[in-house]
Amino acid sequence: MILLPLVGSIINLIFGSKFPKGLIHTISCGAAGLSFIHAIFAFFKLTSFPDHERVITVNLYSWILSGDFSVNISFLYDPLSAVMSLVVTGVGFLIYIYSIGYMHHDPYYHRYFSFLNLFSFSMLTLVLADNFLLLYVGWELVGLCSYFLIGYWFHKESAAQAGKKAFITNRIGDFGFALGIVFIFLNFGTLNYLDVFKNAPDILVLGGSTAIWITLLLFVGATGKSAQIPLHVWLPDAMEGPTPVSALIHAATMVTAGVYMVARCSHLFILAPQSMLVVAGIGVATAIFAASIGLVQNDIKRVLAYSTVSQLGYMFLGVGVGAFAAGIFHLVTHSFFKALLFLCAGSVMHSLSDELDMQKMGGLRKKLPITFITFTVGGAALCGIPLFSGFFSKDEILWKAFSSPYGNSWLWAIGVIAAGLTAFYTSRLIFNIFFGESRVDPKVEKHIHESPRVMTIPLILLAILAFIGGYIGIPHALGGHNFIEEFLSPSFPGEEEMEAVAHHSSSLEIGFMFISIIIIAIGIALAYIFYIKRRDIPKKLANQMKPVYLTLKNKYYIDELYDYCIIKPVQNLAQSLYATFDMKVIDGVVNGVANFFYDLGGITRKLQTGRCSTYFFAMLVGAVFILGMLSYYLYLK
Amino acid sequence: MIPLYYYLIISCILFAVGAIGVMIRKNVIIILISIELMMNAANLALVAFSRHFDMMDGQIIAFLAMTVAAAETAVGLAIIVCIFRDREKLHIDDINILKW
Repeated sequence: MILLPLVGSIINLIFGSKFPKGLIHTISCGAAGLSFIHAIFAFFKLTSFPDHERVITVNLYSWILSGDFSVNISFLYDPLSAVMSLVVTGVGFLIYIYSIGYMHHDPYYHRYFSFLNLFSFSMLTLVLADNFLLLYVGWELVGLCSYFLIGYWFHKESAAQAGKKAFITNRIGDFGFALGIVFIFLNFGTLNYLDVFKNAPDILVLGGSTAIWITLLLFVGATGKSAQIPLHVWLPDAMEGPTPVSALIHAATMVTAGVYMVARCSHLFILAPQSMLVVAGIGVATAIFAASIGLVQNDIKRVLAYSTVSQLGYMFLGVGVGAFAAGIFHLVTHSFFKALLFLCAGSVMHSLSDELDMQKMGGLRKKLPITFITFTVGGAALCGIPLFSGFFSKDEILWKAFSSPYGNSWLWAIGVIAAGLTAFYTSRLIFNIFFGESRVDPKVEKHIHESPRVMTIPLILLAILAFIGGYIGIPHALGGHNFIEEFLSPSFPGEEEMEAVAHHSSSLEIGFMFISIIIIAIGIALAYIFYIKRRDIPKKLANQMKPVYLTLKNKYYIDELYDYCIIKPVQNLAQSLYATFDMKVIDGVVNGVANFFYDLGGITRKLQTGRCSTYFFAMLVGAVFILGMLSYYLYLK
Repeated sequence: MIPLYYYLIISCILFAVGAIGVMIRKNVIIILISIELMMNAANLALVAFSRHFDMMDGQIIAFLAMTVAAAETAVGLAIIVCIFRDREKLHIDDINILKW
């Protein structure tokens, strides 16, 4: 499953420039498709096992063998990995198909697909790894692929910078992650998941400082990868990359690696309740923070980017309150609808010749029917409108945020407000793009066309998934059967290991659902008023609350803050080091060595002057010296 | 009798003067003369030792040395004549390349 994309990547990279387009994407999509089929087979094989033995390990290669410590390239397939790998390969495959249409006129087609394949390989390594070191390898590789793909159009300055920013921010998180792995090794002596998790209750004290350090450091890594505060700054800029890349990496898979990692380490996290509070706190803070920024952005991809950051906050809220299955559930549904939304945005941009600004769009409902319907389905799922998938997963998280022993009502309240904001900005997006009179540039308007079938079919499939995806996790309160929670339970600590699960009544849960629905309705209604009924209100509000508006629009000035506090000092330090240490000391030493030999040669050159008197003198000196030594020794005798 | 070391001192002085002459003078003929001077100093020392130890060996070696000196001077003068024919001066510092 893993190696197929790698092979596809290598073939396309080395030979691809000579292949015709058809062959390139056949190799690439073929590899992805076969991976997906393999994932499905593996899933069914796993379900054929009885409930508590659903673990398959495959050992490929003994990588490090050093005394007692060994790390193998081996893979663990359990319910959590199964879900993640299905998401990665399935959604990934649909995005590959979409890319065939989207990147049709790109001159370096083979490079794009090669990187996509490399990314699939890395992500599958990450998800299926059996020990922390292989996880870290996959982690770094997806960061690298993200750099490649964001800066895909590298001759565009902003894209190259965005790629750099993504990679560097990621690396800062990875530093914390690496430290966490080192701590795990120091305390456990092994990096293998099963060994670590089995011994965790014995070695780590509940609430002790070791547990807190390890989990917090691991979470720092997740912050970088999954764009939480304060390392979220790379994700909006990452929209410089091609839209299918945004869909794949920044909606469905790479950014969810952080959530996956926290979920995988659930056995460690429950031993450090304080860290879980931190995780949940940062998650919900990010959720509302990013949602607030998304309210005033005009670039459709930026709105979706901030939406992603916000939804990732929800996922961390979920795992932070111990609702690991709910967090993963939201991960799955989010990958469906967010990938769908990004691909639809790509479709809109494609038809409008790459126009990004929503103020230049409008009234596209009739011209792009399929895109409109699928976008609306995705948006509904994102808002959490009942019956769509997002409703079930988001409500599950909000309920657990309130009812779980690790949660509290503040988390729930902020989460609900963020849900309202989500509804608002999503509806704003849809209304601005598809409704109202057309504000499209007349030159562009002539070319508006619906996307080709190769792009719309994935949209339709994803829309179906975004709609029905929720039914795998209907909570008990509604009389449903929470399939996904039951399926994932072997991967997560059971009820005996977590502290006693508080049992609240089902009616309270239904009550909360109604509150969410009301807030969402308010959000949509407000957006309707602002953007369809009376379009002058947004402008008036913006003028009245200018400081607030500008702060939101400029992303709370965080990029400027980082630039001032961190980037400029580092650059100055580098510049001063260059001028003093590099130029003077290092060049001094290198030049000094050269000069030394130059001078030495200058001295030894004088031995051969070509003047006989000099030679004679030298001979004389030598003769006197030898005679002197001789007579001295004879004298001593 | 004249003590031995008187002769040795004379020999040393003569040798030193000859060596300094070789080093300092720039005319090739003068250098040759200085070399002769050094040879004579050596001969003097030889004969002095021979007289001191009452052995004939020193004087015989002196004979040989003089013969060799003569032959060598002849060859040296022949070279000098060739050099002078080629360039009209005999400055030792000019003769510093191995070709003509």
